[in-house]
Amino acid sequence: MSNKNALASKSCISTTIIALLAIITLFPIVWVALSSFKPQSELFQVPMRFLPAHWTLENYIESLGRGDFPRYFANTAIVSVTSTVIAVVINIMAGYALAKYEFPGRRFCFTVMLATLMIPLQVIMIPIFLQLKRLGMLNSLWGIIIPPAATPTGVFLARQYMTTIPDSLVEASRIDGGGEFFTFRRIIVPIAKPIIATIAIFSFMWRWNDYLWPLIVISKQDRQTLQQALATFVGQLQINWSDLLAMTTITIIPVIAVFLAFQNFFMEGVTAGAVKG
Amino acid sequence: MTQFKKGSKEFWIPYLFLLPNLLIFACFVIVPAVQGLAMACTDWSVFSAPRFVGLSNFVELSRDEVFWTTFRNTIVYSVLTVVCLIAVSLLLALLLSKGSVKGEHGFRAVFYIPSLLSMITVGIAWRFILGDEMGVVNYVLRQWGGEGVHWLTTGNLAMSSIIVVSIWTYAGYYMLIFISGLQAIPGELYEAARVDGAGPWYTFRKITLPMLSPTTLVVSILATISAFKAYELILTMTKGGPGYATKLIVQQVYESAFLEDRMGYASAMAIVLMLMIGAFTLVQFKISKGDGEQ
Repeated sequence: MSNKNALASKSCISTTIIALLAIITLFPIVWVALSSFKPQSELFQVPMRFLPAHWTLENYIESLGRGDFPRYFANTAIVSVTSTVIAVVINIMAGYALAKYEFPGRRFCFTVMLATLMIPLQVIMIPIFLQLKRLGMLNSLWGIIIPPAATPTGVFLARQYMTTIPDSLVEASRIDGGGEFFTFRRIIVPIAKPIIATIAIFSFMWRWNDYLWPLIVISKQDRQTLQQALATFVGQLQINWSDLLAMTTITIIPVIAVFLAFQNFFMEGVTAGAVKG
Repeated sequence: MTQFKKGSKEFWIPYLFLLPNLLIFACFVIVPAVQGLAMACTDWSVFSAPRFVGLSNFVELSRDEVFWTTFRNTIVYSVLTVVCLIAVSLLLALLLSKGSVKGEHGFRAVFYIPSLLSMITVGIAWRFILGDEMGVVNYVLRQWGGEGVHWLTTGNLAMSSIIVVSIWTYAGYYMLIFISGLQAIPGELYEAARVDGAGPWYTFRKITLPMLSPTTLVVSILATISAFKAYELILTMTKGGPGYATKLIVQQVYESAFLEDRMGYASAMAIVLMLMIGAFTLVQFKISKGDGEQ
């Protein structure tokens, strides 16, 4: 009996610690979001209040009306969606080749791809900049859409998943007279749906949150993304916090929404490949 | 696995599947990586042709005091961040994988959320919270009769703040990796330890830690690489200041390439950074292997 009590009290202590840490974890996000609904006069008013005394949308209306912000939002959305579509198609294809065919150079390709995960983008940023310049991709959204689509992590995840698909399925389709590409489209892609979803979700997230690729590629203001705009805004001497908080909240919302909608894919994706891109 | 004969029509099929990915990859990763090596030995600005200068960029680097400051900062930031991250995320994983906390899955999701945000937004949020005059943290301190603290504008404190924010951001992510590692440890081991009367601390040291060491290695390598890359967070929180107190090599690389227009010199710095990452990874492999042999 006493043992049971001890266990219960231990669980109670753990739960308390975890709950406190959870509050600390969520507080900054909640505080930013709530503050974005405070009128400018209330933002730094003493005494501070957790909830806005007067809820207002004026910060949102102002920042959305601020010339370029809708433009940045649209750019970011276009880039994230297009790049994700490309990433899914080419990563699944590459993953299939690496998992289901034996060919000269297979191991080499796979090893080199994984090895480059260790190179920080900053290290090769300068030659990439020059490369993009040669290809005429500077200041074009294609410059942020195409290069990051070939992510090694995506290929890795696709390959890992494909190796679990039995070879007999591929062979059966071949005996039925299906060509190689037909087999891929009609047999493999439907089975690979979960990993396609995982790659799509992560890729969307990475592109939405990305700052470095746009920083290399885009200097024209009307082509910039949300992250670039936010960085410029917070870099100013006099920060207009009311507007900045509203913009930050708008930038965070799609990410949180995608997470809440596809929670399981996230949790599994992280543990499947220790995902990071 | 399917294998086609050389010379047959199908021989090229796997290469066709790989082609789009490989093409982009070669064009934007492999070629630039090789070029970067060559560029480090040149004197190069956007408006002039590259001029071969041998190793003189590296010689200049070795005398560049700002570079050494960023070098030291990078090591301090990376080591402290990685060590604390491992401790915090392992603690979270231990608390959230035994079934002793109610609502485990919900809590895991909560801790994971910060790592989903872009570092730019994380930096903005914390700069807002840690502001000298108007930040909520200093407000609470003053309410409790204390004094406001210059979280982001005094040297050591600014670095500590950035480390704490990095931990806040990534702890939940590494927690998930640790949880999957913990779940892979066979329950019989704990069973046997309990039968032998081993206490929880002993069990942790003799069973959990050794069994977990492959996971710890993965976490520590991922965390190290990400620490060496830290740029956006510092840019938004302190811009590398006060002075050079929180400036890391990556920021210096960017500034000397794109603001000072010294492409060759910046490439040399980038290569030193790459070597540091390689060295750190190697050391981690060695330590982890040594642990395994004990």
